[in-house]
Amino acid sequence: MSSQTGSHKDVSEKHLPSAQDSTAVAEVDENPFADPGIPHHEPRVQDIDERAAKRSERTVAMFFIVSMLATIAFIASFVAFPVDKIFYLFPLGHISALNFSLGLSLGIALFCIGAGAVHWSRTLMSGEEHVQERHPIAASPETKAAAIEEFSQGAADSGLGRRKLIRNTMIGALALVPLSGVVLLRDLGPLPEDKLRRTMWKKGLRLINQNTGEPLRPEDITVGSLVFAKPDGLEDDSHEFMHEIAKAALMLVRLEPKDIKDKQELDWSHEGIVAYSKICTHVGCPVSLYEQQTHHVLCPCHQSTFDLTDGARVIFGPAGHPLPQLNINVNNDGELVAEGDFAEPVGPSFWERG
Amino acid sequence: MKKLSARRRHPLAAIVVLLFALAATGGLYAAFAPAGEAKAEKSNQSLDIKEGKKLYAVGCNSCHGTGGQGTSDGPSLVGVGAAAVDFQVGTGRMPMQAPGVQAPAKPAVYNNEETRQLAAYVASLGAGPTVPGKEQYSTEGLDNEEIAAGGDLFRQNCAQCHNFTGEGGALTKGKYAPGLDGVSPKHIYEAMETGPQNMPAFPDTVMPEKEKRQIIAYLEKVNSSESESPGGFGLGGFGPVSEGMFAWTIVLAILIGITVWIAARNAKARKS
Repeated sequence: MSSQTGSHKDVSEKHLPSAQDSTAVAEVDENPFADPGIPHHEPRVQDIDERAAKRSERTVAMFFIVSMLATIAFIASFVAFPVDKIFYLFPLGHISALNFSLGLSLGIALFCIGAGAVHWSRTLMSGEEHVQERHPIAASPETKAAAIEEFSQGAADSGLGRRKLIRNTMIGALALVPLSGVVLLRDLGPLPEDKLRRTMWKKGLRLINQNTGEPLRPEDITVGSLVFAKPDGLEDDSHEFMHEIAKAALMLVRLEPKDIKDKQELDWSHEGIVAYSKICTHVGCPVSLYEQQTHHVLCPCHQSTFDLTDGARVIFGPAGHPLPQLNINVNNDGELVAEGDFAEPVGPSFWERG
Repeated sequence: MKKLSARRRHPLAAIVVLLFALAATGGLYAAFAPAGEAKAEKSNQSLDIKEGKKLYAVGCNSCHGTGGQGTSDGPSLVGVGAAAVDFQVGTGRMPMQAPGVQAPAKPAVYNNEETRQLAAYVASLGAGPTVPGKEQYSTEGLDNEEIAAGGDLFRQNCAQCHNFTGEGGALTKGKYAPGLDGVSPKHIYEAMETGPQNMPAFPDTVMPEKEKRQIIAYLEKVNSSESESPGGFGLGGFGPVSEGMFAWTIVLAILIGITVWIAARNAKARKS
């Protein structure tokens, strides 16, 4: 075999391990479960053929060079592409040129460093298997004795047992220090007081259509429609909007009065229009997947289902309470108004809810 | 006259008579046709209703009743209006392929003409929303601020079922809210107006015409083949479910493949 032919399979005989004798009959030792040890080491092509090793070296270097080019491409695309540049790429659609080029180049840069390092270690670094025995890590008896001796000497020198004043004041100081941490916990408050129990709704407050900002009238709400309302005086851009709408959000639907099974629901409705809290009693998501044929309302988070014809009873899912209903009526101008606040806390249960 | 009768045996006489007859017929048609057309225009509506009633009798009344009063298999059509018919028939939802909880969109069975006739008949059963004109659902003239406000309205009123970018979502017992990609503005408008199947209606009294146009414009912006997705793969736009599935199946499989490659036995110089 001539090494000039170049294939790494063509390696001279003397470098190759001797072939295993496959015809030998296995001999059973006295201990068939003895540790066989690590397998016989076999050299790689690169270990014995310098040309193959050179080739691997060039491959590794190529990975690193590609990584360098990708990094340069990353910097170049950061400079070149404006942030709002959109282009079309077949399977992805209309995507941001900046995001795409930055992600692609950085991905290539990092991947090629890793791939180069792995290829380097697999083909060129030493492939010999080594065994390292573990050793006990305990100190010697003399070292231990010396350490105990030093400790007792130090304890005696400090006079902790003798000077009672120092000892007692030190214990006092150490005991008091954690109190400052406990005091800081006060900033987790203030306590919610009755904020969880009441909302903005009160007697006579008008229901405002959240789409138009106009007061709702009974004739606006047709059977099968769905409308969301907020309390009068709560402006979308005001400071307290989020705090208040999180509790006061309402959804209104109109049912046929004969379909309403729950007596109180019928009493609190107006011409079949019922107003329910939009806040799920499970964890407070906005429930409003209203199926207008079944009159079921679903919560998109955990599929709690409420029956609006039966006092918003829970018919499926993890919610623990029916949705609270708001008692509504009309004022002299023919606008829908609240008859008061919700009779129970809206939203998720809490410990003291009762 | 004698001269004329003398030539009645002339070989070309038959052709001359034929030409006279044709001219007379054309003249008569020209005289009477305009009057006939005007009459047809006047009775167009009633003709549509009549034709629509015939189509209804063949295709609809087994479920919706002979007079549109509804049966146990289908709701009453009194008062649903032409817009509802245009939506249901125009998107192929009606006639339904099979009774079931969901009426899926499919290629329309009736052509535009027949749909208009059916709509005219159903509208004659009771007053309801009419088919919207182009100026009602056209999104022309809306500026970016108004389209963004349309996004607010969409999230307030629609996103709970149709997903934040209109990809659709599941309801109960096999029902679902369909994705809104590729639905024509007119049909979106009609759906909001009439509340098809289990979707609640958003009549003009609670959601004025302009807000409907803003919602349509928002959908065109975020949910069409032209809409921009700066991050690349939207993975259906369903959020954590599809993203998690992508990460845990495809990405994890790639990572396992790379790990296997790193630890794989590399080529040994074996004697062959």
